[in-house]
Amino acid sequence: MDPYLLSILTNILLALVPLVFVLVYALVTIYVEMKMAAHIQNRLAYMRTGWHGVLQPIADMLKLLQKEDTIPTDANRGLFILAPYLVFTGTYAAFAVIPFSSAYIGSNIDLGVLYLLGVSSLVVAGILMGGWAANSKWTLYGGVRSAAQIMSYEIPSAFVILSVVMVTGSMNFNVISKFQEGGVQNWLILGGAFPLAKKLALIPFMFVMFLIYYISSMAETNRNPFDLPEAESELVQGYNTEYSGMKFAMFYLAEYANLFIVSAVVTFLFFGGWTSPFGATASGPWWDSFWFVSKCMVFVVLNIWLRWTLPRFRVDQLMYMSWKVLTPFAMACVLAIGLILVW
Amino acid sequence: MTDSTTTQTTTSSGRTLRTEEMIINMGPQHPATHGVLRLELVVDGEIVHEVIPHIGYLHRCFEKHCEHMTNYQQVIPYVDRMDYCAAMNNEFSYVVAAERLLKIEVPERVQYIRVIMAELNRIASHLIAIGTYGIDIGAFTPFLYCFIDREMILNLFEMTCGARLLYNYMWIGGLSHDLPPEFAPKTKEFCTYYRKRIEEFNNLLTFNKIFVKRTANVGVLPKDVAINYGCSGPMLRGSGVDWDLRRDDPYSVYNKIEWEVCVGKGEMGTVGDCWDRHIVRMREMEQSLIIIEQALAQLPEGDVQAAIPKRIRPNPGEVYARTESPRGELGFYIVSDGTATPYRVKGRAPAFSNLSVIGEISRGAMIADMIAIAGSTDIVLGEVDR
Repeated sequence: MDPYLLSILTNILLALVPLVFVLVYALVTIYVEMKMAAHIQNRLAYMRTGWHGVLQPIADMLKLLQKEDTIPTDANRGLFILAPYLVFTGTYAAFAVIPFSSAYIGSNIDLGVLYLLGVSSLVVAGILMGGWAANSKWTLYGGVRSAAQIMSYEIPSAFVILSVVMVTGSMNFNVISKFQEGGVQNWLILGGAFPLAKKLALIPFMFVMFLIYYISSMAETNRNPFDLPEAESELVQGYNTEYSGMKFAMFYLAEYANLFIVSAVVTFLFFGGWTSPFGATASGPWWDSFWFVSKCMVFVVLNIWLRWTLPRFRVDQLMYMSWKVLTPFAMACVLAIGLILVW
Repeated sequence: MTDSTTTQTTTSSGRTLRTEEMIINMGPQHPATHGVLRLELVVDGEIVHEVIPHIGYLHRCFEKHCEHMTNYQQVIPYVDRMDYCAAMNNEFSYVVAAERLLKIEVPERVQYIRVIMAELNRIASHLIAIGTYGIDIGAFTPFLYCFIDREMILNLFEMTCGARLLYNYMWIGGLSHDLPPEFAPKTKEFCTYYRKRIEEFNNLLTFNKIFVKRTANVGVLPKDVAINYGCSGPMLRGSGVDWDLRRDDPYSVYNKIEWEVCVGKGEMGTVGDCWDRHIVRMREMEQSLIIIEQALAQLPEGDVQAAIPKRIRPNPGEVYARTESPRGELGFYIVSDGTATPYRVKGRAPAFSNLSVIGEISRGAMIADMIAIAGSTDIVLGEVDR
C-alpha cells in the first residue's frame, strides 16, 4: 500500500481514539453524575434499566436520537444548525494535544497549551451563535452571559497556565508531564522536582494557582455554581432552550467533554499528568493512561459534587470574582513564581 | 417589541446615547414563577426597570361558587384549594369565621387539634417555600431535603384524615376524624427529628456564603412600604414589624401557649432583605415545633364531633375573622341572609397583597435578584387568583 495513504489512514484512526473515549466517558459520567446527585439528595436515581439502572444513559441517548429535531420557524436556520456542532468541534479538537499516556498523543506539537486555549474558545462562538440564532430573548441572555463569563475566566486561567509553562519551560503537555515524573513529591502542586528550599517556596503559590484554575475551570464549563448561561430558574434553559433531539445531545456531550478537558488540564498542570504517583513502579504506557484517566475522574467527580451542593452566583458577582479577585491573585502569583525561579 | 421605551444618557462629549429597553415575558410557563404567574419585565440588559405582574391564570370563581353551595359546610373543600400548600390553615380560618357567625363554642380538644394541624401544615408550607427558594437561587439539593421532611408531615395527615394535600378535615364546630392513637407519639418523634434537620438545613443553605451573597441586601422591603402594601406574615415580619395574629389577635387556644414571634433583624444585611424573610421562615418552623409540643402536652380528652350543628343556618349578619396562615393574614368575610347558603364569602388572601409589592421592591434590581425577590414572597397562585 502507498505509504502516504497508509499514514493518512493511521492518522484518521488515531484521531478517532478520543472520540470513542469521549462517548464512553460521557455515558459513564452521566451515570455517575445522576447517581451522585441522587445520593446527595437522598434518592436512588434510575433503578429499572439494568442493574441499578446502568443502561439508562444508553436509553437516554436512544431517546434523544429518536426525538423530533425541531427548529423554530423564526430561527436563523443556518446558524441554529451549525451551533451545536461548532461547540462540540471546539471541545473535541482540544483532545488532539492531550496525551492519554506517554505513548499516545493525537498531535505532539510544541504549542499544545496555546492550541488548547485557542480551540476551546470556539465553544463561546458556538454558544453565542446558538443563543442568537434561536431568536428567543431568553436564549440570547444565555448566549451573552456565556460569552462574557468564558471570556472573563480565560484570563486568570491563562495566567495559571503561564506560570506552569514558566516552571516547566514547555507548552507541550507531554513535557509538562515528564517534568513531574518520579512520584507524588515531584508533582507541581508539591513544588515540582526542585531542591527542597525552592520547592517549599513554590508550594503555597502553586496551591493558590491550583485553586484559581479549578474555580476558573468550573466557570468555563458552565456548571454550578457558575451555570448562569443555563440558569434554569432565571433563563428557563439558557442558550439551549430551543434545541431538541441530537442537537441538544451535542451540547450535552460537549459539556461533558469540556468537563474532561479542564480536569485533564488540572491534572497536567498540578498533578503529574500521566505519571504514576509511585515513581517507577506501576508506570508504562498502559499504567500511564490508567493514572491519567483516574486523576481526571477525581476532578470530574469533585465538580459534580460541588455542582449539586452550591447555589448559583449572580452575574455581577461572577464578574467581580474573575476580574477583582482571581485575576489580581493570579498575576501576583505569576510574579512570585517568576522571582522564585530566577532566585 | 411594539411599545418599547428608550432610555437616554449623555456622554462627556455631549452626545446623547439611546438604548432601547426590552420587554420580556417571564411566565406563565417559567420555572421560577411558582405556578402560573406572568411577570412582564421591562429590562435594560440584566437590569430590571419595571415588573408588572399579570394574574388570573388560576382564577376559579371561588367567591361565586360559595354563593351557590347548598350549605356552609360545602365551602370547606373549596377553601382547601385556595392555598393548596397550606390547606389546614385555610380551613381553620374559614371555620373560625363560620363559628363566630353561628356563635358556637367548640370543645377544647377540637381547638387543640386544630392548632396542632395548623402548625404542622405551617411547617409543611414553609418547607415548600424555602425548598423552592433554594431552586430559585440555584441550589437544587435543599429542595429534596425539604420534601423528605414534608413527606413525614403528610404521612401524619394521611394517618388522621386520609388525605395528603386537600384535607376537608376541620368542619364547622368540629373535625371530620379524631386523632388516631399513634398520632401523638409519631408527632413527638417528628418534632425531635426535625429540630436537627433545621440545623442541617441552615448549614447547607441559610448560612452558605453564596446564598447569603445572593439574598442579603437584595429586595429590601422597608417597614412603611410593607405596611402600606398590606403585606403580612413572614413578609411583614421580615421587615422588622412585630406583628403576628396568633399573638396580637388571638383565636382558638393560641393564648394558652407560650412561644415567640420571630422578626427580621438584618443580621446579614439590611432589615427587610430576602435573607431576613428566609430566616424568619426558618425560625418560625422552630416556634411551630414548640407550639405543637405544648399543644400535644395540654391536649384534653373529649369528643371532636359533639358540637357539629345538624343544621347550619346562621342569623342574618356578617363576620370577618382572620388567622395567621403561613403566608400572612388570611381572612374570611361572610355575609348571611338567614338561609342555609352563604350570601357572600370573600377571602382576603395574604399572597395577593404580598405579590403586589414585587414591582415596588424589584425596580433597578438584576434579573437574578428579581427571581430571588419573587421567590422570597412565597406566593401560591391558587390563593392569589382564587
